[in-house]
Parts: sequence; structure tokens; C-alpha cells
Amino acid sequence: MKARHKRFLLIGAAVTLLAGATGLVLNAFRDNLVFFHTPSEVAAGEVPKGRTFRIGGMVVHGSVARADDGQTVRFALTDTARVVPVVYKGALPDLFKETKGAVAQGRLGDDGVFVATEVLAKHDENYMPPEAQDAIDRAHRTALSVQD
Amino acid sequence: MNFFRFSSPQTFYPLAGRLVPLFAALAAACAVAGLYIGFFVAPSDAVQGEVYRIIHLHVAAAWMSMFIYLVMAFWSAVGLGLGTRLSFYMTQALAPTGAMFCFIALWTGALWGRPTWGAYWVWDARLTSQLLLLFLYFGFIALTRAIDDPRRADKAGAIIALVGAVNVPIIYFSVTWWNTLHQGASVKPGGSSMASVMLWAMLLCALAAWFYSLAVSLARARRIILERERHTEWAAAEIARRGAGGRAD
Repeated sequence: MKARHKRFLLIGAAVTLLAGATGLVLNAFRDNLVFFHTPSEVAAGEVPKGRTFRIGGMVVHGSVARADDGQTVRFALTDTARVVPVVYKGALPDLFKETKGAVAQGRLGDDGVFVATEVLAKHDENYMPPEAQDAIDRAHRTALSVQD
Repeated sequence: MNFFRFSSPQTFYPLAGRLVPLFAALAAACAVAGLYIGFFVAPSDAVQGEVYRIIHLHVAAAWMSMFIYLVMAFWSAVGLGLGTRLSFYMTQALAPTGAMFCFIALWTGALWGRPTWGAYWVWDARLTSQLLLLFLYFGFIALTRAIDDPRRADKAGAIIALVGAVNVPIIYFSVTWWNTLHQGASVKPGGSSMASVMLWAMLLCALAAWFYSLAVSLARARRIILERERHTEWAAAEIARRGAGGRAD
């Protein structure tokens, strides 16, 4: 084996080992690397107790209700398996909508209601013009009416 | 043709000189076409309205910042393995451009994040690993400039480039490995979830970033070659020629 082959082998081995070590570390800190917890994790009690964390999910259709003070908003987040009710006082981002993704930061109350101090809208990876979105919505409604 | 001929700085220097204007022209053409289509032709987005148009800058810059780092790691491995000086020159020529694109990606992302998410910055896995990439670029540049002996600076920089390369797949796959606020990839091998006009504008901008990076890094590599090879006869002659008002070509 030539000296330069040995050097390349050494470089390859070093980078591979480093990547492996990084992978193990990231795997060990898996729970700390997630940006938000799911409503299922909340239901299973797998969320930090007594300190703030984030819940992410889809805003349940028809769940958004504004209180009379004009600031407090109640809504529910779901991962299609479990639902967590959320109460939030403050301005919502423009893209916050029912059936769209959202992330709420706050504490889980003893009554099971999540008291949020910050709400972020989560955008998906789909980019399309409004006409295309309309067509999809229409097709969706047609499909639903056929099912009925 | 023997490509290894161009691993010598003396033969690479004039080749790079001929390629720079070509890549610069291609970059300008792609940028004009991509930005025009992106900002004037492409439709607005159904959910985000007009603000989505920043992706034409954001995605091109983010891809480029990750790719340049991988190319730096590649040249570092070649340089360490074969001991070719030119490989280290290329690594150092690429670093400032990579850092610039990394900064643009973070900056445009923040400007996009405020109206869509409701926050300029969040510490999710994608954003944090991209910020780490910026610090790796800064670290590489600072380290190679801080060491006086150029040979040792080359080696130290190469090690940072190789070690830091582990971060690039973490950035790319962060949105699938962990749940993040940043959305998943719209463009994947085998398909995209974007309207085609938007996609074409974005791809043209990405091409522009490629050609720009090639042009700028080759031009920078020529400067580094002259500086580092100044003790050789040809480089000294070239420096004298340029210093005497020779055309900078």
C-alpha cells in the first residue's frame, strides 16, 4: 500500500468514526432535539412537567373560539390521534388557521388545558398558486359529498 | 486529456482566468432570468401570498452554503491525501463565498419566518445546525488566517473542513429526523411539491448561485496562487506584469 493510499484510508476512517460518534450523541439527545411534542405524547405523559415546552399539531377544525376580551383565544391541537385544548392570550400569526399546523409554547395546566405564551404557525412544504389550491379544495368537497 | 496537468498551480492559473468571465456571464444570465420569473411571472402562493418569493434567494443560498462546505471537505481530503497545494488553495478560495451564502440563507429565512411563523428565529434543529455551519465557516477562515506558517494553516483548515462536513447531512436531514418548525424539503430527488413556474424560477436562481460561486472562487483562487507561489519564477513574472499595469486577466 502506497503512503497516499494509507493517508486516504486514515482520513476516511477518521471521518467515518466522527460521523458515527455524532450519530450516537444525537441519538442520545433525541428527546431534547425535537422542537415540539405531539398531543399523543402529552396524553401519554411523556412531556416535561412543571416547565414550559412546545406542543405541535393541526388546529382542529371548528375549535378556534375568541373570548369577549378580544385577546384570549381557545383552540385545540391534534395529531389526528389525540387532542389537546389550548388557551392563549395575544396576537396570532397571519398564517394561523384551522386545519393548518401550529406550534404552541407554554405549560400544561392541572386541568389538562395547555396555557400558551407563544403561538407559531407551521408552514408545510407545498407551494401552489391560489387557483390550484381552489381546485384541490373543490375536489376535496366533491369527494366528501360523494361519501355522504 | 490529462486532467492532473491542471493540479499544478502554474497550468491552473491561466485556465481559471479563462473560465472566470464565462461563469460570471452565465451567473448573470441565470440570475436575471430566475429573479425575473420568480418576482414577476410566478403566481403568488395560496397560503403565504407574496412573501413566499423570498425562497428564490433563500433556497438557492441555503443549498449553495451546504454544497460549498462539502466541496471544501472534498478538496481538503484530496490535499491531505495527495499533498497537492492547489487543493488547499481551492478550499480557502471557496470559504468566504460559502460563508456569504450561509449568512444570506439565515437572513432571508428570518425575514420569511416573521410573517409566516410569527418569529424571526427559533432554536429548532434546522436553524441551529445552519447557524453552526456559519460558525464553521468563520472558524475555518479565522484559523487559516491566524496561523503564520501557510503549510500548517492549510492542514489545520483542512481538518476543520473535514470535521465540519459531518454537520451538512445533519442540516439537510434535520427536518426528517426530528420534528422542526422549519418545513420539510419541497424539492426532493424524484419530485417536488411546488407549482412548476415557482420551481423553475428557484432552480434558475440555484444555477445562478452555482455559476457565481465558480466564478468568484476561481478568481479568488488565482489571487491565492499568486500570493503563495510568489517565490516561483512564473508567479513573480506574472505579479510584475500585473503590477506594471498589465491587464488583470
